[in-house]
Amino acid sequence: MLAIFDYNAGNQTSVHRALDAIGIPNVITNDPGVLHKAHGIIFPGVGAAGQAMDELMSGGLDEALKALIWEEKPVLGICVGCQILLDYSEENDTKTLAVIPGECRLFNPSWTDYKGQPIRVPHMGWNSVQLQQPCELFTDIDPDADFYFVHSYYPAPKEEFVIGTTTYGRPFCSVHGRRGLWAVQFHPEKSGRPGLQLLKNYYNFCLEGANAQ
Amino acid sequence: MLSKRVIPCLDVRNGRLTKGVKFKDNVDIGDPVETARQYYEQGADEIVFYDITASSEGRGIFLDVVEAVAKQIFIPFSVGGGINTVEDMRAVLRAGAEKVSVNSGAVKNPDIISQGAAQFGAQCVVLGMDVKRVPATEEIPSGFEVVIHGGRKHMGLDAIEWAKTGEALGAGEICLNSIDADGTKDGYDIDLTRQVVQAVSIPVIASGGAGHPSHMVDAVTEGMASAALIASIVHYGEWTVPDIKKYMHEQGVNMRMVW
Repeated sequence: MLAIFDYNAGNQTSVHRALDAIGIPNVITNDPGVLHKAHGIIFPGVGAAGQAMDELMSGGLDEALKALIWEEKPVLGICVGCQILLDYSEENDTKTLAVIPGECRLFNPSWTDYKGQPIRVPHMGWNSVQLQQPCELFTDIDPDADFYFVHSYYPAPKEEFVIGTTTYGRPFCSVHGRRGLWAVQFHPEKSGRPGLQLLKNYYNFCLEGANAQ
Repeated sequence: MLSKRVIPCLDVRNGRLTKGVKFKDNVDIGDPVETARQYYEQGADEIVFYDITASSEGRGIFLDVVEAVAKQIFIPFSVGGGINTVEDMRAVLRAGAEKVSVNSGAVKNPDIISQGAAQFGAQCVVLGMDVKRVPATEEIPSGFEVVIHGGRKHMGLDAIEWAKTGEALGAGEICLNSIDADGTKDGYDIDLTRQVVQAVSIPVIASGGAGHPSHMVDAVTEGMASAALIASIVHYGEWTVPDIKKYMHEQGVNMRMVW
Protein backbone atom coordinates (compact mmCIF):
# COMPACT_ATOMS: atom_id res chain seq x y z
CA MET A 1 0.00 0.00 0.00
CA LEU A 2 1.16 3.52 -0.79
CA ALA A 3 0.30 6.41 1.48
CA ILE A 4 -0.29 9.80 -0.10
CA PHE A 5 0.94 12.27 2.50
CA ASP A 6 -2.04 14.46 3.34
CA TYR A 7 -1.30 18.13 3.91
CA ASN A 8 -4.01 19.66 1.71
CA ALA A 9 -1.80 19.62 -1.39
CA GLY A 10 -3.81 20.49 -4.48
CA ASN A 11 -2.94 17.37 -6.44
CA GLN A 12 -3.35 14.68 -3.80
CA THR A 13 -6.65 13.45 -5.24
CA SER A 14 -5.16 13.36 -8.76
CA VAL A 15 -2.39 11.09 -7.46
CA HIS A 16 -5.01 8.98 -5.68
CA ARG A 17 -7.06 8.60 -8.88
CA ALA A 18 -3.99 7.67 -10.94
CA LEU A 19 -2.96 4.98 -8.42
CA ASP A 20 -6.53 3.65 -8.36
CA ALA A 21 -6.54 3.41 -12.15
CA ILE A 22 -3.45 1.18 -12.17
CA GLY A 23 -4.64 -0.94 -9.27
CA ILE A 24 -2.18 0.23 -6.63
CA PRO A 25 -3.76 0.21 -3.16
CA ASN A 26 -3.41 3.66 -1.68
CA VAL A 27 -4.72 5.98 0.95
CA ILE A 28 -4.55 9.73 1.53
CA THR A 29 -3.50 10.12 5.13
CA ASN A 30 -1.35 11.89 7.69
CA ASP A 31 -1.98 9.35 10.42
CA PRO A 32 1.47 8.37 11.73
CA GLY A 33 0.45 4.75 12.24
CA VAL A 34 -0.86 4.35 8.70
CA LEU A 35 2.14 6.14 7.22
CA HIS A 36 4.48 3.88 9.15
CA LYS A 37 2.73 0.74 7.87
CA ALA A 38 2.65 1.85 4.22
CA HIS A 39 5.17 0.33 1.80
CA GLY A 40 6.02 3.79 0.59
CA ILE A 41 5.01 7.42 0.75
CA ILE A 42 4.05 9.82 -2.01
CA PHE A 43 4.63 13.42 -1.07
CA PRO A 44 2.55 15.49 -3.51
CA GLY A 45 2.38 19.25 -3.91
CA VAL A 46 0.96 22.00 -6.03
CA GLY A 47 0.97 25.74 -5.52
CA ALA A 48 3.49 27.81 -3.62
CA ALA A 49 6.38 26.61 -1.44
CA GLY A 50 5.59 29.03 1.38
CA GLN A 51 1.99 27.91 1.61
CA ALA A 52 3.01 24.24 1.45
CA MET A 53 5.48 24.72 4.32
CA ASP A 54 2.85 26.56 6.36
CA GLU A 55 0.44 23.64 5.91
CA LEU A 56 3.13 21.14 6.85
CA MET A 57 4.37 22.96 9.91
CA SER A 58 0.93 23.87 11.25
CA GLY A 59 0.33 20.30 12.35
CA GLY A 60 3.93 19.21 12.95
CA LEU A 61 3.63 17.23 9.72
CA ASP A 62 7.11 18.34 8.64
CA GLU A 63 8.59 16.37 11.53
CA ALA A 64 6.33 13.41 10.75
CA LEU A 65 7.63 13.34 7.17
CA LYS A 66 11.25 13.65 8.27
CA ALA A 67 10.76 10.79 10.72
CA LEU A 68 9.60 8.57 7.86
CA ILE A 69 12.67 9.51 5.84
CA TRP A 70 14.95 8.75 8.80
CA GLU A 71 13.44 5.30 9.12
CA GLU A 72 14.25 4.88 5.38
CA LYS A 73 10.67 4.58 4.31
CA PRO A 74 10.65 5.11 0.51
CA VAL A 75 9.44 8.59 -0.40
CA LEU A 76 8.54 10.03 -3.79
CA GLY A 77 8.14 13.82 -3.86
CA ILE A 78 6.15 15.37 -6.70
CA CYS A 79 6.35 18.99 -7.96
CA VAL A 80 6.23 21.27 -4.91
CA GLY A 81 6.74 18.10 -2.84
CA CYS A 82 9.96 17.66 -4.83
CA GLN A 83 11.05 21.25 -4.29
CA ILE A 84 10.51 21.51 -0.57
CA LEU A 85 12.66 18.46 0.18
CA LEU A 86 15.56 20.88 -0.48
CA ASP A 87 16.96 23.42 2.02
CA TYR A 88 15.48 26.59 0.67
CA SER A 89 13.13 28.00 -1.98
CA GLU A 90 13.31 31.43 -3.54
CA GLU A 91 9.51 31.24 -3.73
CA ASN A 92 8.20 33.30 -0.79
CA ASP A 93 11.83 33.23 0.54
CA THR A 94 11.03 29.95 2.28
CA LYS A 95 13.19 27.76 4.46
CA THR A 96 12.16 24.24 3.43
CA LEU A 97 12.61 20.70 4.79
CA ALA A 98 16.39 20.34 4.26
CA VAL A 99 16.24 16.63 3.55
CA ILE A 100 18.30 16.93 0.35
CA PRO A 101 20.99 19.64 0.09
CA GLY A 102 20.18 22.36 -2.41
CA GLU A 103 17.72 25.07 -3.21
CA CYS A 104 14.89 25.96 -5.50
CA ARG A 105 15.22 28.90 -7.90
CA LEU A 106 12.98 30.98 -10.15
CA PHE A 107 13.31 30.44 -13.92
CA ASN A 108 15.00 33.42 -15.46
CA PRO A 109 12.75 34.77 -18.25
CA SER A 110 15.82 36.20 -19.98
CA TRP A 111 16.93 32.65 -20.81
CA THR A 112 16.21 31.81 -24.42
CA ASP A 113 15.09 28.63 -26.14
CA TYR A 114 16.90 27.00 -29.05
CA LYS A 115 15.27 29.48 -31.43
CA GLY A 116 16.50 32.45 -29.42
CA GLN A 117 13.04 33.29 -28.04
CA PRO A 118 12.79 34.14 -24.33
CA ILE A 119 11.37 31.26 -22.32
CA ARG A 120 7.87 31.62 -20.93
CA VAL A 121 7.32 31.27 -17.21
CA PRO A 122 5.71 29.06 -15.95
CA HIS A 123 7.37 26.14 -17.72
CA MET A 124 4.12 24.50 -18.71
CA GLY A 125 3.72 21.44 -20.88
CA TRP A 126 5.49 18.26 -21.95
CA ASN A 127 9.24 17.91 -21.76
CA SER A 128 11.73 15.06 -21.67
CA VAL A 129 14.10 13.86 -18.94
CA GLN A 130 17.74 12.97 -19.54
CA LEU A 131 18.93 10.56 -16.88
CA GLN A 132 22.33 11.48 -15.44
CA GLN A 133 22.50 8.26 -13.47
CA PRO A 134 20.50 5.03 -13.65
CA CYS A 135 17.19 5.20 -11.81
CA GLU A 136 14.71 2.38 -11.18
CA LEU A 137 11.81 4.81 -11.50
CA PHE A 138 12.42 4.88 -15.25
CA THR A 139 12.43 1.12 -15.85
CA ASP A 140 10.51 0.21 -19.03
CA ILE A 141 9.96 3.86 -19.93
CA ASP A 142 10.96 4.98 -23.43
CA PRO A 143 13.85 7.49 -23.09
CA ASP A 144 11.99 9.72 -25.56
CA ALA A 145 8.89 9.86 -23.39
CA ASP A 146 7.79 13.31 -22.25
CA PHE A 147 6.39 14.21 -18.85
CA TYR A 148 4.01 16.98 -17.86
CA PHE A 149 5.58 19.97 -16.11
CA VAL A 150 4.00 23.07 -14.66
CA HIS A 151 6.22 25.21 -12.45
CA SER A 152 7.96 28.56 -12.19
CA TYR A 153 10.70 27.45 -9.78
CA TYR A 154 13.16 24.63 -10.42
CA PRO A 155 15.18 22.42 -8.07
CA ALA A 156 18.93 22.97 -7.88
CA PRO A 157 20.26 20.26 -5.54
CA LYS A 158 23.89 19.53 -4.82
CA GLU A 159 25.30 17.85 -7.91
CA GLU A 160 25.61 14.31 -6.54
CA PHE A 161 21.84 14.29 -5.97
CA VAL A 162 20.98 15.15 -9.58
CA ILE A 163 19.40 12.09 -11.17
CA GLY A 164 17.76 13.56 -14.27
CA THR A 165 17.76 16.87 -16.12
CA THR A 166 15.37 18.67 -18.44
CA THR A 167 16.13 21.53 -20.77
CA TYR A 168 14.13 24.74 -20.62
CA GLY A 169 16.29 27.62 -21.69
CA ARG A 170 19.07 25.65 -20.06
CA PRO A 171 19.26 22.28 -18.33
CA PHE A 172 17.77 22.11 -14.85
CA CYS A 173 17.41 19.22 -12.43
CA SER A 174 14.02 17.52 -12.89
CA VAL A 175 14.70 14.35 -10.88
CA HIS A 176 16.76 14.36 -7.72
CA GLY A 177 17.42 12.42 -4.54
CA ARG A 178 18.97 9.06 -3.85
CA ARG A 179 17.76 5.47 -4.10
CA GLY A 180 14.43 5.24 -2.28
CA LEU A 181 14.17 8.98 -1.69
CA TRP A 182 13.21 10.37 -5.05
CA ALA A 183 11.80 13.69 -6.13
CA VAL A 184 10.37 14.51 -9.54
CA GLN A 185 9.53 18.03 -10.68
CA PHE A 186 6.98 16.81 -13.24
CA HIS A 187 3.58 15.29 -12.53
CA PRO A 188 3.64 11.51 -13.13
CA GLU A 189 -0.07 11.40 -12.30
CA LYS A 190 -0.69 13.65 -15.31
CA SER A 191 1.94 12.28 -17.70
CA GLY A 192 -0.12 9.64 -19.45
CA ARG A 193 1.18 6.09 -19.71
CA PRO A 194 4.87 6.85 -19.01
CA GLY A 195 3.84 8.65 -15.83
CA LEU A 196 1.66 5.77 -14.70
CA GLN A 197 4.56 3.40 -15.42
CA LEU A 198 6.80 5.52 -13.20
CA LEU A 199 4.27 5.22 -10.36
CA LYS A 200 4.15 1.43 -10.91
CA ASN A 201 7.95 1.29 -10.82
CA TYR A 202 7.96 3.20 -7.57
CA TYR A 203 5.39 0.85 -6.06
CA ASN A 204 7.38 -2.19 -7.19
CA PHE A 205 10.50 -0.75 -5.57
CA CYS A 206 8.58 -0.20 -2.32
CA LEU A 207 7.22 -3.76 -2.37
CA GLU A 208 10.67 -5.25 -3.01
CA GLY A 209 12.09 -3.29 -0.10
CA ALA A 210 9.34 -4.58 2.16
CA ASN A 211 9.90 -8.18 1.00
CA ALA A 212 13.65 -7.90 1.53
CA GLN A 213 13.00 -6.97 5.15
CA MET B 1 12.96 20.64 -25.13
CA LEU B 2 9.40 21.74 -24.42
CA SER B 3 6.90 20.22 -26.86
CA LYS B 4 4.11 22.13 -28.53
CA ARG B 5 0.72 20.93 -27.38
CA VAL B 6 -2.35 19.82 -29.33
CA ILE B 7 -5.46 20.27 -27.22
CA PRO B 8 -8.87 18.96 -28.25
CA CYS B 9 -11.63 21.21 -26.97
CA LEU B 10 -14.90 19.63 -25.96
CA ASP B 11 -17.82 22.00 -25.88
CA VAL B 12 -20.33 20.56 -23.47
CA ARG B 13 -24.01 21.39 -23.30
CA ASN B 14 -26.38 19.58 -20.95
CA GLY B 15 -23.70 16.95 -20.40
CA ARG B 16 -23.34 16.22 -24.12
CA LEU B 17 -20.59 17.08 -26.56
CA THR B 18 -21.64 19.75 -29.04
CA LYS B 19 -20.08 21.79 -31.81
CA GLY B 20 -21.44 24.87 -33.53
CA VAL B 21 -20.14 27.43 -35.95
CA LYS B 22 -19.45 30.87 -34.54
CA PHE B 23 -21.20 29.98 -31.31
CA LYS B 24 -24.51 29.19 -33.04
CA ASP B 25 -26.39 26.12 -34.31
CA ASN B 26 -24.99 23.65 -31.79
CA VAL B 27 -25.53 19.97 -32.59
CA ASP B 28 -25.07 16.93 -30.35
CA ILE B 29 -22.02 14.93 -31.40
CA GLY B 30 -21.45 12.53 -28.53
CA ASP B 31 -20.51 11.67 -24.97
CA PRO B 32 -17.78 13.97 -23.63
CA VAL B 33 -16.35 11.42 -21.19
CA GLU B 34 -15.94 8.70 -23.79
CA THR B 35 -14.60 11.16 -26.35
CA ALA B 36 -12.07 12.54 -23.86
CA ARG B 37 -10.89 9.04 -23.06
CA GLN B 38 -10.36 8.30 -26.76
CA TYR B 39 -8.37 11.49 -27.29
CA TYR B 40 -6.28 10.65 -24.24
CA GLU B 41 -5.51 7.19 -25.63
CA GLN B 42 -4.64 8.77 -28.98
CA GLY B 43 -2.02 11.09 -27.54
CA ALA B 44 -3.83 14.37 -26.94
CA ASP B 45 -1.50 16.54 -24.84
CA GLU B 46 -4.25 18.11 -22.79
CA ILE B 47 -8.02 18.45 -22.97
CA VAL B 48 -10.25 21.46 -22.52
CA PHE B 49 -13.89 21.25 -21.49
CA TYR B 50 -16.00 24.25 -22.07
CA ASP B 51 -19.55 24.64 -20.90
CA ILE B 52 -20.59 26.82 -23.79
CA THR B 53 -23.94 27.95 -22.56
CA ALA B 54 -23.15 28.40 -18.90
CA SER B 55 -22.33 32.09 -19.16
CA SER B 56 -25.48 32.98 -21.04
CA GLU B 57 -27.90 30.88 -19.13
CA GLY B 58 -26.20 30.93 -15.76
CA ARG B 59 -26.06 27.17 -15.44
CA GLY B 60 -23.52 25.45 -13.27
CA ILE B 61 -20.62 23.40 -14.56
CA PHE B 62 -21.30 19.73 -14.98
CA LEU B 63 -19.19 18.45 -12.15
CA ASP B 64 -20.24 14.87 -12.70
CA VAL B 65 -18.75 14.98 -16.21
CA VAL B 66 -15.56 16.48 -14.80
CA GLU B 67 -15.33 13.85 -12.10
CA ALA B 68 -15.92 11.01 -14.54
CA VAL B 69 -13.21 12.39 -16.82
CA ALA B 70 -10.72 12.73 -13.96
CA LYS B 71 -11.00 9.02 -13.22
CA GLN B 72 -10.18 8.04 -16.79
CA ILE B 73 -7.62 10.38 -18.23
CA PHE B 74 -4.17 11.03 -16.84
CA ILE B 75 -3.16 14.13 -18.71
CA PRO B 76 -3.99 17.67 -17.66
CA PHE B 77 -7.41 19.03 -18.42
CA SER B 78 -9.03 22.37 -17.88
CA VAL B 79 -12.60 23.42 -17.42
CA GLY B 80 -14.23 26.67 -18.38
CA GLY B 81 -17.61 28.25 -18.90
CA GLY B 82 -19.66 29.99 -16.28
CA ILE B 83 -16.81 30.46 -13.80
CA ASN B 84 -17.72 33.62 -11.95
CA THR B 85 -16.41 33.16 -8.41
CA VAL B 86 -13.53 31.59 -6.54
CA GLU B 87 -16.04 29.02 -5.27
CA ASP B 88 -16.86 28.06 -8.89
CA MET B 89 -13.12 27.58 -9.43
CA ARG B 90 -12.69 25.50 -6.31
CA ALA B 91 -15.57 23.23 -7.34
CA VAL B 92 -14.08 22.27 -10.73
CA LEU B 93 -10.57 21.89 -9.33
CA ARG B 94 -11.91 19.67 -6.58
CA ALA B 95 -13.77 17.60 -9.16
CA GLY B 96 -10.41 16.84 -10.76
CA ALA B 97 -9.56 19.56 -13.29
CA GLU B 98 -5.95 20.85 -13.30
CA LYS B 99 -6.80 24.27 -14.52
CA VAL B 100 -9.80 26.49 -14.63
CA SER B 101 -10.50 28.94 -17.38
CA VAL B 102 -12.14 32.26 -16.60
CA ASN B 103 -13.61 34.28 -19.43
CA SER B 104 -16.71 36.46 -19.04
CA GLY B 105 -16.38 36.17 -15.27
CA ALA B 106 -12.94 37.79 -15.41
CA VAL B 107 -14.07 40.58 -17.72
CA LYS B 108 -16.88 41.42 -15.31
CA ASN B 109 -14.71 40.99 -12.22
CA PRO B 110 -10.95 40.96 -12.96
CA ASP B 111 -10.18 40.30 -9.28
CA ILE B 112 -11.25 36.70 -9.76
CA ILE B 113 -7.92 36.15 -11.56
CA SER B 114 -5.80 37.38 -8.66
CA GLN B 115 -8.00 35.67 -6.08
CA GLY B 116 -7.83 32.37 -7.98
CA ALA B 117 -4.07 32.65 -8.42
CA ALA B 118 -3.58 33.37 -4.73
CA GLN B 119 -5.81 30.47 -3.63
CA PHE B 120 -4.85 27.79 -6.12
CA GLY B 121 -1.64 28.99 -7.77
CA ALA B 122 -1.20 30.88 -11.02
CA GLN B 123 -0.68 27.60 -12.91
CA CYS B 124 -4.37 26.80 -12.28
CA VAL B 125 -5.77 29.98 -13.73
CA VAL B 126 -6.25 30.24 -17.48
CA LEU B 127 -7.55 33.49 -18.89
CA GLY B 128 -9.93 32.60 -21.71
CA MET B 129 -10.43 35.39 -24.22
CA ASP B 130 -12.98 35.56 -27.02
CA VAL B 131 -11.77 38.13 -29.50
CA LYS B 132 -13.37 39.79 -32.50
CA ARG B 133 -11.78 41.95 -35.16
CA VAL B 134 -13.16 45.51 -35.20
CA PRO B 135 -12.04 48.74 -36.86
CA ALA B 136 -9.19 50.21 -34.78
CA THR B 137 -10.39 53.07 -32.60
CA GLU B 138 -9.04 55.01 -29.67
CA GLU B 139 -10.79 52.56 -27.36
CA ILE B 140 -9.60 49.47 -29.28
CA PRO B 141 -6.25 50.53 -30.77
CA SER B 142 -5.22 47.01 -31.79
CA GLY B 143 -8.44 46.39 -33.72
CA PHE B 144 -9.00 43.26 -31.60
CA GLU B 145 -11.84 43.53 -29.14
CA VAL B 146 -12.69 41.22 -26.25
CA VAL B 147 -16.31 40.03 -26.35
CA ILE B 148 -18.25 37.97 -23.82
CA HIS B 149 -21.39 35.85 -23.67
CA GLY B 150 -20.40 33.70 -26.60
CA GLY B 151 -19.57 36.68 -28.75
CA ARG B 152 -22.90 38.37 -28.22
CA LYS B 153 -21.71 41.19 -26.01
CA HIS B 154 -19.03 43.82 -26.62
CA MET B 155 -17.22 45.30 -23.64
CA GLY B 156 -15.05 48.01 -25.17
CA LEU B 157 -11.92 46.13 -24.08
CA ASP B 158 -8.79 45.92 -26.21
CA ALA B 159 -7.56 42.31 -26.46
CA ILE B 160 -3.85 43.11 -26.24
CA GLU B 161 -4.34 45.29 -23.17
CA TRP B 162 -6.60 42.72 -21.55
CA ALA B 163 -4.01 39.97 -22.07
CA LYS B 164 -1.40 42.11 -20.30
CA THR B 165 -3.82 42.89 -17.49
CA GLY B 166 -4.65 39.21 -17.09
CA GLU B 167 -0.97 38.32 -16.83
CA ALA B 168 -0.35 41.10 -14.30
CA LEU B 169 -3.27 39.85 -12.20
CA GLY B 170 -1.74 36.39 -12.06
CA ALA B 171 -3.12 34.28 -14.92
CA GLY B 172 -0.76 31.38 -15.71
CA GLU B 173 -1.83 30.91 -19.29
CA ILE B 174 -4.03 32.49 -21.94
CA CYS B 175 -6.44 30.63 -24.18
CA LEU B 176 -7.03 32.96 -27.08
CA ASN B 177 -10.08 32.30 -29.22
CA SER B 178 -10.83 34.17 -32.43
CA ILE B 179 -14.59 34.50 -32.85
CA ASP B 180 -14.11 35.33 -36.52
CA ALA B 181 -12.08 32.19 -37.22
CA ASP B 182 -14.03 29.82 -34.94
CA GLY B 183 -15.63 27.01 -36.90
CA THR B 184 -14.48 28.29 -40.29
CA LYS B 185 -11.65 25.75 -40.76
CA ASP B 186 -9.71 28.46 -42.60
CA GLY B 187 -6.88 28.59 -40.06
CA TYR B 188 -6.13 30.44 -36.84
CA ASP B 189 -5.94 34.21 -36.67
CA ILE B 190 -2.14 34.26 -36.77
CA ASP B 191 -1.83 38.04 -36.52
CA LEU B 192 -3.93 38.12 -33.35
CA THR B 193 -2.08 35.15 -31.85
CA ARG B 194 1.34 36.60 -32.47
CA GLN B 195 0.40 40.01 -31.10
CA VAL B 196 -0.88 38.51 -27.86
CA VAL B 197 2.11 36.13 -27.54
CA GLN B 198 4.49 39.06 -27.90
CA ALA B 199 2.56 41.17 -25.39
CA VAL B 200 2.84 38.62 -22.53
CA SER B 201 5.39 36.16 -21.18
CA ILE B 202 2.97 33.38 -20.10
CA PRO B 203 2.05 30.55 -22.50
CA VAL B 204 -0.67 31.27 -25.08
CA ILE B 205 -2.99 28.66 -26.62
CA ALA B 206 -4.29 29.55 -30.09
CA SER B 207 -7.93 28.72 -30.68
CA GLY B 208 -10.48 28.96 -33.46
CA GLY B 209 -10.24 28.02 -37.10
CA ALA B 210 -8.31 24.76 -37.28
CA GLY B 211 -9.18 22.87 -40.46
CA HIS B 212 -5.87 21.25 -41.40
CA PRO B 213 -2.73 20.33 -39.41
CA SER B 214 -0.81 22.97 -41.37
CA HIS B 215 -2.91 25.53 -39.49
CA MET B 216 -1.62 24.15 -36.18
CA VAL B 217 1.92 24.34 -37.52
CA ASP B 218 1.33 28.00 -38.45
CA ALA B 219 -0.12 28.76 -35.01
CA VAL B 220 2.94 27.47 -33.14
CA THR B 221 5.58 28.74 -35.60
CA GLU B 222 4.45 32.04 -37.18
CA GLY B 223 1.89 32.61 -34.43
CA MET B 224 4.45 31.59 -31.75
CA ALA B 225 1.73 29.96 -29.64
CA SER B 226 2.64 27.28 -27.07
CA ALA B 227 -0.32 25.12 -28.04
CA ALA B 228 -3.16 24.81 -30.52
CA LEU B 229 -6.75 24.09 -29.62
CA ILE B 230 -8.67 21.85 -32.01
CA ALA B 231 -12.30 20.82 -32.20
CA SER B 232 -14.34 19.94 -35.31
CA ILE B 233 -11.27 18.73 -37.20
CA VAL B 234 -11.08 15.75 -34.83
CA HIS B 235 -14.67 15.53 -33.63
CA TYR B 236 -15.90 14.74 -37.14
CA GLY B 237 -13.07 12.33 -37.84
CA GLU B 238 -11.42 14.22 -40.72
CA TRP B 239 -8.14 13.98 -38.87
CA THR B 240 -7.07 11.96 -35.86
CA VAL B 241 -4.96 13.33 -33.01
CA PRO B 242 -1.98 11.03 -33.84
CA ASP B 243 -2.06 11.98 -37.54
CA ILE B 244 -2.10 15.67 -36.62
CA LYS B 245 0.84 15.23 -34.26
CA LYS B 246 2.75 13.20 -36.84
CA TYR B 247 2.14 15.87 -39.48
CA MET B 248 3.36 18.64 -37.17
CA HIS B 249 6.37 16.58 -36.13
CA GLU B 250 7.29 16.01 -39.78
CA GLN B 251 7.07 19.75 -40.35
CA GLY B 252 9.80 20.19 -37.75
CA VAL B 253 7.63 21.08 -34.76
CA ASN B 254 8.80 19.53 -31.49
CA MET B 255 5.94 17.27 -30.42
CA ARG B 256 5.35 14.63 -27.76
CA MET B 257 5.49 11.48 -29.89
CA VAL B 258 5.57 8.76 -27.19
CA TRP B 259 2.44 8.17 -25.15
